[in-house]
Amino acid sequence: MAYLDHAATTPMLPEALDAYVQVARELGNASSLHAPGRCARRRVEEARERIAAALGARPSEVVFTGGGTESDNLAVKGIFWARRAADPARTLVVASEVEHHAVHDAVGWLVEHEGARVTWLPVDGSGRVQVDAVRAVCQADGDQIALVTAMWANNEVGTVQPVSELAEIAASHRVPLHTDAIQAVGQVPVDFSASGVAALSVTGHKLGGPVGVGALLMGREVDCTPLLHGGGQERDVRSGTLDVPGVVAFSVAVEMAAKGQPEHAARLAALRDELVARVRAAVPNAVYNGDPEHRLPGNAHFSFPGCEGDALLLLLDAQGIACSTGSACSAGVAQPSHVLLAMGASEPAARSSLRFTLGHTSTRAEIEALAAALPAAVERARRAGPRA
Amino acid sequence: MKVLAAMSGGVDSAVAAARAVDAGYEVTGVHLALSRNPQTYRSGARGCCTIEDARDARRAADVIGIPFYVWDLAERFHTEVVDDFVAEYAAGRTPNPCLRCNEKIKFAAVLDKAVALGFDAVVTGHHARLGADRRLRRSVDPAKDQSYVLAVLSRRQLDRAIFPLGGSTKAHVRAEAADRGLAVADKPDSHDICFVADGDTPGFLAGRLGAEPGPIVDADSGEVLGAHAGAYRFTVGQRRGLRLDRPAPDGRRRYVLSITPVSNTVTVGPAEALAVSTVSGERPVWTDSARPPAGPVECEVQLRAHGDPVPAVVSLSGGGLTARLRRPVRGVAPGQAVVAYRPDPGGDIVLGSATISAAKPAGW
Repeated sequence: MAYLDHAATTPMLPEALDAYVQVARELGNASSLHAPGRCARRRVEEARERIAAALGARPSEVVFTGGGTESDNLAVKGIFWARRAADPARTLVVASEVEHHAVHDAVGWLVEHEGARVTWLPVDGSGRVQVDAVRAVCQADGDQIALVTAMWANNEVGTVQPVSELAEIAASHRVPLHTDAIQAVGQVPVDFSASGVAALSVTGHKLGGPVGVGALLMGREVDCTPLLHGGGQERDVRSGTLDVPGVVAFSVAVEMAAKGQPEHAARLAALRDELVARVRAAVPNAVYNGDPEHRLPGNAHFSFPGCEGDALLLLLDAQGIACSTGSACSAGVAQPSHVLLAMGASEPAARSSLRFTLGHTSTRAEIEALAAALPAAVERARRAGPRA
Repeated sequence: MKVLAAMSGGVDSAVAAARAVDAGYEVTGVHLALSRNPQTYRSGARGCCTIEDARDARRAADVIGIPFYVWDLAERFHTEVVDDFVAEYAAGRTPNPCLRCNEKIKFAAVLDKAVALGFDAVVTGHHARLGADRRLRRSVDPAKDQSYVLAVLSRRQLDRAIFPLGGSTKAHVRAEAADRGLAVADKPDSHDICFVADGDTPGFLAGRLGAEPGPIVDADSGEVLGAHAGAYRFTVGQRRGLRLDRPAPDGRRRYVLSITPVSNTVTVGPAEALAVSTVSGERPVWTDSARPPAGPVECEVQLRAHGDPVPAVVSLSGGGLTARLRRPVRGVAPGQAVVAYRPDPGGDIVLGSATISAAKPAGW
């Protein structure tokens, strides 16, 4: 099988899996006061320090969560609620148009149910947020903004945003900026403190850790109202018994991803460039989407004019090639990607897209398998037409 | 051979897909998403287009061990089936949307896409037989027979269809589903019209066509006996819901005899006036032979879903079909299909069909 969908999830690193299994054999609730509890607590705090060191944060800034979606929801809703509680005028959320649904829909929920207003930040044709738009909205409405949220790197087209610049503008207006860095960690350098962001979402399973554990890095000065109430285990911002083996395995994966980032990125970029060249050679009119320069090294995203992405996916799947249309599903029904539409693509172009993403297990043989299968698949998908 | 199994999330299509695997086909499962907004279509186990149904279909595909995808056909379904359904009622006819869905969606949009993608046929869980001789026959289970709603398919469509269930009763299919470990084994059958959420067809039509009051006129005397809120609320042969202001001159019960959209008139009359002996059909399809028969054909016709077959002589000419019934039949509604069958011990054979355009009373 050629697995070209690492942005969906990537295999666990052997070291992370070993750590998981080892700790899963141990007994103890990290909140208990006795010896087994202290042992579990120690594991958790070591993991917290490991993540903090790897991502340029202080240990107290690491809030463990149940994964990326929870981190995003906690940041967007929690910071909104806390900022509005401190000043009822702050009801404006500023968000990029290309956010993952975990941010996009959380913002939409605040608008629908919490009286929030939203300013969507436009992107250019390559998916980059326009810095001037952020500056303009901060200058015009700075005292009404609850938070700005802009992802570090886009999950569909891989475009890397100028997050530090955006954070600096926001900070100069005393506005906190949250960034979803779920696709970024391990692929591009991510330093929480140096970036100037107020909060940063990261998750385990996109970088070689387990599914179901993630973190929100959040400055100590940032007020955040909890989503989950209970034991207050994580800074009183997040409740729930910690998944100790998950947290430990996550921290091992984050540490390896951050330390190995330069070599990993170089290897992925070389493979990705080969993939892009092979796809272009196989399908000359394929359109390469996204930003050629500011881009995740493991991401290649194409539109195949005249094809349905769904049909291509089915045909490639039948050839043992796993990729993604990159779009969200409800009942498995693909909607045209809001990311591509925001980038100015037409609906048929958005529906004709496939995302290929590489990771630590990717090989040249997988790219060759794709290049071999693609021409016939595109030919068939074209015959099937853009719409059923 | 590569085949595409349309999986609704119900027990029939799940067992059909499993049997196709057993028969040696390379099977891919597809659930057709037909609702523009899956939440708004009927919930629970009665419908065929809910998120829950998609999940049931996916689980069945897992158990059978085949790839599974969801195809979004909501726009096509809306145009070809739902809009057509509304337009037909507005034109005074009584359409059968299941038949239209087979003709335009399952064995057109889906089949065409499947063929283009390299599949050889579409498998469905319809209760009808399509054996080695490629003739469409009734199911062995007369209560579940669906040959009527498949009779609209052309030869070309039938040649790319596989109906694995026609030789089994529904009870047998359910038992087999349980044996195969399919969770849908005891899922209730779907009923009625999948896109009418609460089963209230007049309400559904009223929401789209609005109130259009008009007269209810007696066929014999020409007197106006009452008023209606929209002619689309009626179908030929209907008695309930007329709510006549006063009885007919002869004091007998009145039935809907015809609907005239131009004057928005519902014409009523006594039961015996419903009897027809000649039925005309348009857009005929003939699958019994390569060419339509030159002369009249002795056969049986069925004039509505689950209706009793009636001996008749059918002839095709001038782009239409005419069925002369050997005995009069009451309540034949334009818009329904007239399906011609040849009785056969191996299952009555579908010869052809047409959409009923007119029915003439006995004595013409």
